[in-house]
Amino acid sequence: MSTAPSPALIHARGLVKRFGDFVAVDGIDFDVAAGEAFGFLGPNGAGKTSTMRMIGSVSPVTAGTLRVFGLDPATDGPRIRARLGVVPQADSLDLEITVRDNLFIYGRFFDLSAAEARRRADELLEFVQLSERAKDEVEPLSGGMKRRLVIARGLVNEPDLLLLDEPTTGLDPQARHLVWDRLYRLKRRGVTLVLTTHYMDEAEQLCDRLVVMDKGKIVAHGSPRELIDRYSTREVLELRFPADGQPQLDGRLEGLADRVEVLPDRVLLYTGDGEAAIAGVHQRGLQPISSLIRRSTLEDVFLRLTGRSLVE
Amino acid sequence: MNLARAGVVLERNALNYRRTWRGSIIVSFVSPILFLAAMGLGLGSLISHGQHRLVAGYPYLDYLAPGLLAATAMQTAALETMYPILAKLMWDKIYESILATPVRVAEVFIGELSWICVRLLIVTTTFFTVMVAFRVVHTPAGILAIPIAVLTGLAFGGAFMAYSSNQRNDSGFAALNRFVVIPLFLLAGTFFPITNLPAVFQAIAWLTPLAHGVALTRAVTLATPMAPPAALGHLAVLVAYAAVGFVIGRRNFERRLTV
Amino acid sequence: MAVLQGLRALPLPVGFRAAHIIERNLIHYRRHWIIIFSGFFEPLLYLLGIGYGVGSLVPAIHVPGGQTLRYAVFVAPALMASSAMNGAVYETSFNFFFKLKHMKIFDAALTTPMGVGDVALGEIGWAVARGSVYAIGFLVVMTALGLNASPSAILALPAAMLLGFTFASIGTATTTFVRTWQDFDLVQLILLPLFLFSATFTPISLYPAPLQVVIEATPLYHGVDLIRGLTTGALGPGLVVDVAYLVVLAAIGLTIAGWRMRALLLK
Repeated sequence: MSTAPSPALIHARGLVKRFGDFVAVDGIDFDVAAGEAFGFLGPNGAGKTSTMRMIGSVSPVTAGTLRVFGLDPATDGPRIRARLGVVPQADSLDLEITVRDNLFIYGRFFDLSAAEARRRADELLEFVQLSERAKDEVEPLSGGMKRRLVIARGLVNEPDLLLLDEPTTGLDPQARHLVWDRLYRLKRRGVTLVLTTHYMDEAEQLCDRLVVMDKGKIVAHGSPRELIDRYSTREVLELRFPADGQPQLDGRLEGLADRVEVLPDRVLLYTGDGEAAIAGVHQRGLQPISSLIRRSTLEDVFLRLTGRSLVE
Repeated sequence: MNLARAGVVLERNALNYRRTWRGSIIVSFVSPILFLAAMGLGLGSLISHGQHRLVAGYPYLDYLAPGLLAATAMQTAALETMYPILAKLMWDKIYESILATPVRVAEVFIGELSWICVRLLIVTTTFFTVMVAFRVVHTPAGILAIPIAVLTGLAFGGAFMAYSSNQRNDSGFAALNRFVVIPLFLLAGTFFPITNLPAVFQAIAWLTPLAHGVALTRAVTLATPMAPPAALGHLAVLVAYAAVGFVIGRRNFERRLTV
Repeated sequence: MAVLQGLRALPLPVGFRAAHIIERNLIHYRRHWIIIFSGFFEPLLYLLGIGYGVGSLVPAIHVPGGQTLRYAVFVAPALMASSAMNGAVYETSFNFFFKLKHMKIFDAALTTPMGVGDVALGEIGWAVARGSVYAIGFLVVMTALGLNASPSAILALPAAMLLGFTFASIGTATTTFVRTWQDFDLVQLILLPLFLFSATFTPISLYPAPLQVVIEATPLYHGVDLIRGLTTGALGPGLVVDVAYLVVLAAIGLTIAGWRMRALLLK
């Protein structure tokens, strides 16, 4: 029985992407194992899309090592892409042909036979609940429906690895949950998912492991739980003060919490015990207009690591 | 009906023109001049060596120029009433925003109409100046060609506006261009006498405004005699087209924009 | 499954997958065929209006080869050439720009085993096909009207396809530089003088010598000269020059188009 670990589906060391003078991806290392759901979490401009495009073997690697399915994108691009499914950030749907034909022609790009492409198109429309819109134009579809169509398109070639760049950005909550549900199903079927997002709830819900990216570098990695435990406390006390300015707080909150973050609109106290903290706040004579005790999230992790919030 | 408000609609079009003038310069200025040079001078020199050395008693260039004047008015009218109006109706939603102010639909229509007049005036005057420079205008009365050409343009403008305001997408425009504008441009007397056409097509040609516009512009610039009844007949056709076109156009506008 | 996938990912020679791009365009035009159909009428109208209408005023044309031609016989091949040009240019300007910049469908295509070469060749191939449809139609009309003076006229079809290929390559290359729709006004500004002055309606000898030199440097003139030579049976070494010119220009256009598309799509 072999005890060697199965080779990573995606392997990157010292990966760099430069556009002229601008360094979008600044030397990152990561591995993605088969069957897991892996996430790149970070704000806009962190380098997530550039990384995805390199994995997708569309954007040439500037420096470093990248292997997908054990193959080098520089030499085996078409072979890699044949096994990948891609759901890009911009829809790039064909507005001049019908919903069903969008899937059909995409299947043809993979050299599927016409009959096979048609069969898969119908199957996938069923999977994303768009069968009734099969013969419609793409333009009148809602944002959520277009996204579902793009996801369906990414599955035409029955990929082992699905890359999703910001899959639910701009969608209403109902649409988001429908998308997440479909992604769970794929995960259960064994499809490896790699996604980028700046939504912490998406990262927490979907990802087994994730890396946090900022300004082209990886600033942390691990499972959502691990990251929260490592970089944040169990609870967070959020205080809001009257609009005419938060009172001068230097020193007044000393000792109440492990860490204090003063944001433009609220104050965050990171502590193991929120109740005790709020009691202490009142004891010291401070009068917040609202207070909220909540669990730590990945947003707090990001704030801790970079001093900024995920969504600007 | 508040004409001042209609005037604002006109003003808005004028301001917008500063952005889009380049495209219209080509249709309204460059194109007719190139046609004049290629056909009038180029072909003209070929014709002048043949038995039809003079067409209607004039060199081909002189014969062609007034025809091109009227035809250019038609093409300018098409340019101004097809895409811009559909765009304002559907994609840019300009009319929607204008109608949220006190301006009423009838005033929008009058404003659009006035803008088309302005454009036609600019285009025809420019081309007429070129004609004078080429020495193809043979009498002072030739200047009447300008209002005649403007009227020809309006004759088409009304009809095209009625058509545009009924459209839901731009696919109808390609058809209009290919099956109406271009055939008329080539076959309604601009380039050669209508009498050279088979009888059936002659009849069809005379049903359209362009044939009448061309006949009139040619008559005034070349000082060929034309009996008053004939002249009035030509004018009547142009006026009729303009009037009917605008009545229908206005009605379509009202129906489309009054929610 | 993996075997099938492996087979499908074979680096097929560039061009094989280009057929998928043509297929996509066919799917679109299947429903909008009227656009292609109506594009056929324009050169036909010019043939009627200028070829016959004005032609009745024009005496016979003496061409350099020594022949004397009826005006319609002189003009028709030029109109065939210009319709091949128009078909190719319309397809590779507005339509291509819409697909490239607005819908971004090529970005989507490139996430599959398709490559930039496939996309470029597919789009150009389609434009040639469209121009060729017009050319075939026009050739049939010319034959029916008795305007073909020689059996070599059948070669006018591959000649028109070559001309279409040249304009499609240049058109594609040019469109990759376009940034807004307004820039296409420039396309009209170039196409019109090309159409009017490429010895289309008059022999080139009618123009002042300096203008002749300029015209002889432009592509439509060579297309007109080539096709006119073939339909009138005036076969001479000049036709070889025309072919060479068109081939060279097509190669340049193709190279630039490929380079530009790679730069735009594979950043």
